[in-house]
Order: sequence, then structure tokens, then C-alpha cells
Amino acid sequence: MSALLQVEGLTRRFGGLTAVDALSFSIEPGEVVGLLGPNGSGKTTVLNLLSGALRADTGRIAFKGQEIGGRAVHTIARLGVARTFQLVRPLASLSCHDNVLTGLAFGRSRAWGATARATADTLLERVGLGRARDTLPAELTYIDQKRLELARALALQPELLLLDEWLAGLNPTELEEGIALIRSLSGQGITILLVEHVMDAIRSLCGRLLVMNTGRLIASGPPQQVLANPEVVRAYLGDDGDTGGGDA
Amino acid sequence: MSRRETLSILAGALATAILACVPFLFGDYGLSLAINIVSYAVLATAWSLFSGPTRYVSLATVAFFGIGAYTTAVFAETLPWPAVLAIAAVIGVVVAAIVGLSTLRLSGVYFVIFSFGLAELVRQLVTWWEVNKTRTLGRYVFTDITAAQIYWQLLALAVLVFVVGFLIGRSRLGLALRAIGDDETVARHTGIDTTRAKVALFVLSTVFMTLTGAIMAPRWTYIDPAIAFNPVVSFTVLIMALLGGVHRLYGPVLGVVPLALLFEFLLARFPNHFSIMVGLVFILIVYAIPRGIAGLVEQAVRRPA
Repeated sequence: MSALLQVEGLTRRFGGLTAVDALSFSIEPGEVVGLLGPNGSGKTTVLNLLSGALRADTGRIAFKGQEIGGRAVHTIARLGVARTFQLVRPLASLSCHDNVLTGLAFGRSRAWGATARATADTLLERVGLGRARDTLPAELTYIDQKRLELARALALQPELLLLDEWLAGLNPTELEEGIALIRSLSGQGITILLVEHVMDAIRSLCGRLLVMNTGRLIASGPPQQVLANPEVVRAYLGDDGDTGGGDA
Repeated sequence: MSRRETLSILAGALATAILACVPFLFGDYGLSLAINIVSYAVLATAWSLFSGPTRYVSLATVAFFGIGAYTTAVFAETLPWPAVLAIAAVIGVVVAAIVGLSTLRLSGVYFVIFSFGLAELVRQLVTWWEVNKTRTLGRYVFTDITAAQIYWQLLALAVLVFVVGFLIGRSRLGLALRAIGDDETVARHTGIDTTRAKVALFVLSTVFMTLTGAIMAPRWTYIDPAIAFNPVVSFTVLIMALLGGVHRLYGPVLGVVPLALLFEFLLARFPNHFSIMVGLVFILIVYAIPRGIAGLVEQAVRRPA
């Protein structure tokens, strides 16, 4: 089986700043991969490039062997790449049910009518929002808005799910629930790429980590090994005179 | 279909039947007032079909209305009436599709300015053509269409715009447009082809405006670009829709009736201060009832519950 996602030489500049610099990596089907890096290292830009929200200056993105770089956002979504946003973005005038319905109506299933409505209810149950069916997003708590956004992403029936700090800002109990939810999605066969800062979540969820710094990939591998990598430590904590490591 | 929807349909059918009798019940003045109200009802409802859910404020209403009026002026004497309407609709669709494809990527205030500019551009183009090519600035519209016939055509168009609006509200397209109105980026990420949805609805909405212009033209007997493309029409439609409330299909009509009557009254009593008073009314509406009469009605219904 070839890689689900194959990224080669991906580069994106904003004016003089190279936010993503010749990035290459691949993700196998079923993996849960963590994308790490200090603030401003280009993680969200990578997600935006993958979802089509931004266009790469150079480089290739292949999803299931098909080139998706430069394709329209909705086309990529329909191919099976779903995402959540760093700051939650529910559709404010639509009930929770209708928020999820959008993903069903326009995603891969193209479902409409009674079937779609029933599926939307099932998805809300799935993320623990069954009781909030007819509620407007503004009336939900922060974690519930995040759940809603996840349900909407799942409605696209994604094969690749991009989570942008989905676990940030949760209290310890919510975090536990959130981690369990993501693990269950992975158990269902969805491949997940998550940008995350919460170390507990990273350690317990990710089979592999990618670490970025100033737009470049500086480390890749199993969590234990990557988090001990001196260059990663230096990227996060700065140079404290500890030598070694070198080019990763 | 829910009980409420069935009731709305019955109420709509009853209202249409009663309104269809207007030409027999009132004199010439009453009929001309009714024509005015129904034509604005079509324009305002068609306007909010597109602008309500997407929140793209369009000031191009009169561009399409004028295109319709001019189509009638050019073809009414030589072609059968249904053919005139068909030509008007086709021209409207083509212009709307070109405009939609080239501008609906603009957002917010840029679209507002563009739509206003479009109406002026069309007016200037028609003026230029008439002056340099046909060498007449005005045109006479001679048809044997009576006022009552104009009224019935407009009423039929009003029914059609409501049926179309009702169907869109229940369709995938309706959901897509509400999502676009909330957050276009998110809408794209849920698989919605936002450009296609917006252009489709823009075209649909403007066809009604074009047809209204085509049907209304025989009322004037004489038209020139300044009459057919009068920008006040665009502003009036906008403020009527806002007063009524754009988030409900029946909303704009609630704004059309009182404002059309008020304008009629102001024009008769204060012809010299008309613009000042209309300006004040615009300001009052935007400040006092931002969600429109439909919003007030819903609030009042919800409160006791």
C-alpha cells in the first residue's frame, strides 16, 4: 500500500518570509501523526496548504496518489480531506444539526433528506452532542463548539483528518475525553494529522511526530526518539550551550 | 411537508386569489398603487433571495430592471409578448452569469461598490448606444397591454418568486447559501462549491428583476436611460427588504407594503422634500429595526412562550 499523503518539496512564501520551506513527508493509511513546532514554525500554513486554503509556491501534494496541490478547497474536501480550525469556526446561524448536515450534503456522501438528517444525528451523538441537536453554536461551551466542528469534519467521511490544535484550551477532564474521541476515530480507520502543543495528548495519541522549525522539517520519527532529539529541544527551548545533534 | 408549511401554502393561495380581484374592486388609482406594490414585492423578494442568505448587498437591482424595460421597448412592437419576456429573461441570465462569475469572488464592500457601478455602467452604455447608433435618447413603448394585465403578470411573477424561494429554502442550495453567509471559508471546507452556488442564485434572483422591468415598461409609454436605470430603485428595494427582514421569505413583503404606501403619501404631500424624508426613513430603519419587521414579529411570538 502506498502512502495516503505524499508531500514533496512544499514551499510557501509570504513576502520575504518563507513560512514553509521545501517540506517533504508522507503519511501511511491509518497513522496518527503529530505535527509539532514552536509558534510561527509554519504548522498551520502546512494544514492550509493541504486543505487547499492556500496555494503552494512550489512542491507537490499527492493524496491517494492523486495530485491535489492547486485544486479548489471544496474539491479536496470532497476527495476525503477534512479539517478543523485553530480558532473554532462553527456556522453561526445554523443549528448544530444543520452544521453537520452541510458536510453530509456537499461532502463525499452527497446525502440529502431523511438519511442525511439521521446521519447528522448519529454524528452529533458520536461526538457527545446528541442533546444539542437544535441548539445554535453560540449557546455551546468552547469544548462543545470544538466537538461540533469535529462532527462537521467527520460528516465529510474523511480518510485524512487535519486537526489544528483541537485539544488546546481544554481542562483536564475534557482533554481526556478529547483524546479518547480522537483515538476512537483512529480506531475507525481515519488517518489523522494533528497540530498540537499538548504533550500528554501527543505522547498518548501519535505513533509518529514531525517537528518543524522556521518552515523546515527538523525531525521525524517515534515520539520518544523525536522529543529527545537535541535539535528539537533547542528549537523549543533555545540554545543553552548543549552541543551535539547537528543536522537532523 | 410540515403542518406549518401546508398552512403557509394555503394562506398564500388564498391571498393570491384575493389579490387577483384587485383590478375589479378598485379604480385606476388603486390599481396603479397595487402595481407599484407588487412590482416592488417581486424586486425586494428576489433581492433577498440572493442577498439575504449570502449577505452580499447588491445595488445592481436597477441594472437588471432596466435591461428588462429596454428589452420591451426594443422588441414589444415587432414580437409577440411571450417572446419579448423570453428575450428579456435570456439577456438577464447572460448578463447576470458574466457579472456573477467575474465579481462574486469579491467580498463585502467591494461587491456593493461594484454592483452600484454596474448599474451606472449599463446605463451609460445604453445611453452611448442610443445617442451614437440609433440617434434617439428616448423610446416610446406602444403596446395594447392594459394596466390590469400588467398587474396580473406581476402577481404571477410574485407567486413564482415565492415558490422558487420556498423550494430553495428546502434544497441543498439553500443550506449552501446559509453556510456561505456565515463563513465562506468554512463553507468551502465542507465541500461547497461556493462560486457556483453564489452565481446560480445571483442569476436566479436577477431573472425576476429583469422580468419585472420587462413587464413594467408598458406602464410608462416613454422611457429613456435615466428612467429605466434610476438608481433610486436599487436603494428603495434594498431598504424595503431590510425593513421587512431578509432572513425570512415573507420578510421583504412586510417592508414593501408600508414603505410603498409611505412613499406614495410623501410624494403627494411633500413633493419638494421627498428625498430628505426618504433619507430619514432609511436611517431610522437601519438604526431602529436592524432585523426588520419579520424579526420583530418573531420576537413578539416568542416572548409569551
